[in-house]
Amino acid sequence: MSTPLTQNDGLAIRAEGLCRYYSMGPATIRAVDDVSLEVRAGEFLALLGSSGSGKSTLLNLLAGLDRPTAGTIIVHNRDLSRLSRPELAQHRRQTVGMVFQAFNLLPNMTLEENVELPLRFAEVDRASRRARAREVLGRVGLMDRLEHRPGELSGGEQQRGALARALVNRPAILLADEPTGNLDSQTGEEILRLMAEINRSSATTVVMVTHERVLAERFAHRLVTISDGKLVQDGMKK
Amino acid sequence: MKAPDLLELAARNLREALFRSALTTLGISVGVASLVAMLSLGIGLQRLASRRLARSGLFDTVVVYANRMGPRPFRSAPATPPAATSKLDEEARKAIAGLPNVLEVYPEIRFATELRYNDHPHYTTIASLPPSARDSEAMEGLQGRFFSGPQAAEAILQIEFARELVAPAELSAGGLIGQEVVLQYAEQGTLAEKADSSHRASPAGEGASPWGFSVVRQEKKLRIVGIVEAEPGGALRGPGRARVFIPLELAQSLRPVQSLNMLDTLRASPADSTYQALVVRVASPARVSTTEDAIKRKGFNTFSLLDATQNLRRFFAVLDLFLGMFGSLALAVASLGIINTLVMAILERRREIGIMKALGASDADIKGLFFVEASAMGFVGGLAGVGLGWGIGRVINFGTNIYLRRQELPPETIWWVPLWLVAGAIAFAILVSFLSGLYPAARAAKLDPVRALRYE
Repeated sequence: MSTPLTQNDGLAIRAEGLCRYYSMGPATIRAVDDVSLEVRAGEFLALLGSSGSGKSTLLNLLAGLDRPTAGTIIVHNRDLSRLSRPELAQHRRQTVGMVFQAFNLLPNMTLEENVELPLRFAEVDRASRRARAREVLGRVGLMDRLEHRPGELSGGEQQRGALARALVNRPAILLADEPTGNLDSQTGEEILRLMAEINRSSATTVVMVTHERVLAERFAHRLVTISDGKLVQDGMKK
Repeated sequence: MKAPDLLELAARNLREALFRSALTTLGISVGVASLVAMLSLGIGLQRLASRRLARSGLFDTVVVYANRMGPRPFRSAPATPPAATSKLDEEARKAIAGLPNVLEVYPEIRFATELRYNDHPHYTTIASLPPSARDSEAMEGLQGRFFSGPQAAEAILQIEFARELVAPAELSAGGLIGQEVVLQYAEQGTLAEKADSSHRASPAGEGASPWGFSVVRQEKKLRIVGIVEAEPGGALRGPGRARVFIPLELAQSLRPVQSLNMLDTLRASPADSTYQALVVRVASPARVSTTEDAIKRKGFNTFSLLDATQNLRRFFAVLDLFLGMFGSLALAVASLGIINTLVMAILERRREIGIMKALGASDADIKGLFFVEASAMGFVGGLAGVGLGWGIGRVINFGTNIYLRRQELPPETIWWVPLWLVAGAIAFAILVSFLSGLYPAARAAKLDPVRALRYE
């Protein structure tokens, strides 16, 4: 009988024996296969791997967007595998912020409205919502783009907007899925610099999925490599 | 998510798919309009029929006679055993007038006599009309006017009788109005008491009342002021229907000999002024039966038509049900439109739903969003539908009245939209929309965010 897992001091995330399998016809896809991982609070961790290696699936498990087939995943003292659907929604609302490769700003809303959206789900009142959205948009340098719709922004601006949206609820963990995937190298670097600055200044734990090793080595504290759903390399940056 | 945010986001989503939302809303409004038009037609017809019945004076009237015959031995025991034979006098009239739900009680004066017009005699029955007859249905098509006062020496003729007096062309030109007729009638006078005991003999035998009355031939000039199609409440009188009408107070002052006066004379002293019959108007047809029972308990005979309104209400309840069902069919089709629109919206907004979930939206938030969108379409569709239904009803009414005018019939309101129908139709539209949103909302709420985010 295994002892129940609890959060160790200084750990933001602790996963043990984490599995996520999919059935595809008669075949079983082992997207994440027996992964154990610890992420310290305030750490900037890069998950590296080729396409289909399972790194995005692992990120989705950390975000509470998906449930593990087996194993345990504890984020800030809460075992995500045991949470109900409303509790998982609360986890996504309060504990984590997400940035996507495709930015995923809602096209029918202005940038400011996009950033305010998570605050609506958190039932923050209108006045506070506006102040907090502007504060975080100022932080990513987009105060002059408040009324613009995503279609009127460049890729870099959209990703900065998405970063602002991920941070507006002041999450403890920032989860980024290929944040530089749709950007040119210079803009991608700017985004990672911004993320590193956020990691430093507010001690936000950052878990970033990327396949760009060079950039990851420049900005992340620790690199974890996944291949075929298994964690194959875990090491601090040299 | 707070309600105002939910409403704002739902409104934004509906605006974004304006054309499709508008078409769906139009579908709902057509459904509601058909429901409103059908039900308002049923309600309108019911009101028309009820009003007609109420104004006909047939179903809210009880005619009271003195119980001259006494108990009838060959009939089964009545539900309400009559009291001892009572006199139908002024005291009885007041007692009946004091009964609950009784609006008015007036004496029935009706007598057969001769009326002369242009020196030609015409035999007919004359009846008195109380002032309240002015509002009866029979007076709706009155040519000319009602009596100018309760004692006015004026007459209203029934049209068949008027046709006996003048040629149709003169009648339609209103040539009879304002003309004079001479009423020749038998006045009931008091009898000078005679000492001769032979005059006091009575077929009723010893102990019967010895009294009688004199008959005096009288004349009264009357001015014709109006012509009506039928006698108010005439159906109650059967073959005794009158063809000439005079004011009630005038008729009382004339003291005409009526058909039952002779019989009353055999039973009571002429000093005891009694009525041949009393007409009792009751507050509503539904109260006729209880009022009739109460009058019978006082020892009088009564006559009334059966309460037809109860059957009428039952008929219209069934009619409204069927009309409502047909109207609801269109709304059911519209609800499929809502489901289709929302399911399409889920497909289109799949990625958006995934993003919202990734940002912390709960299943309840997503569900609420779709419910509000469905309900908003229902509300707007309901409002527009009530307006549209109202318009359809107006057009039906307008068209019907054109037809009625061509048939030389008075206009009617056959369509009626009560406030409860307006509120009910809107509430029903929202409810149907809400129910239609159940499946799409549940589907959206259960959407797997990972797959939704992957969706392009």
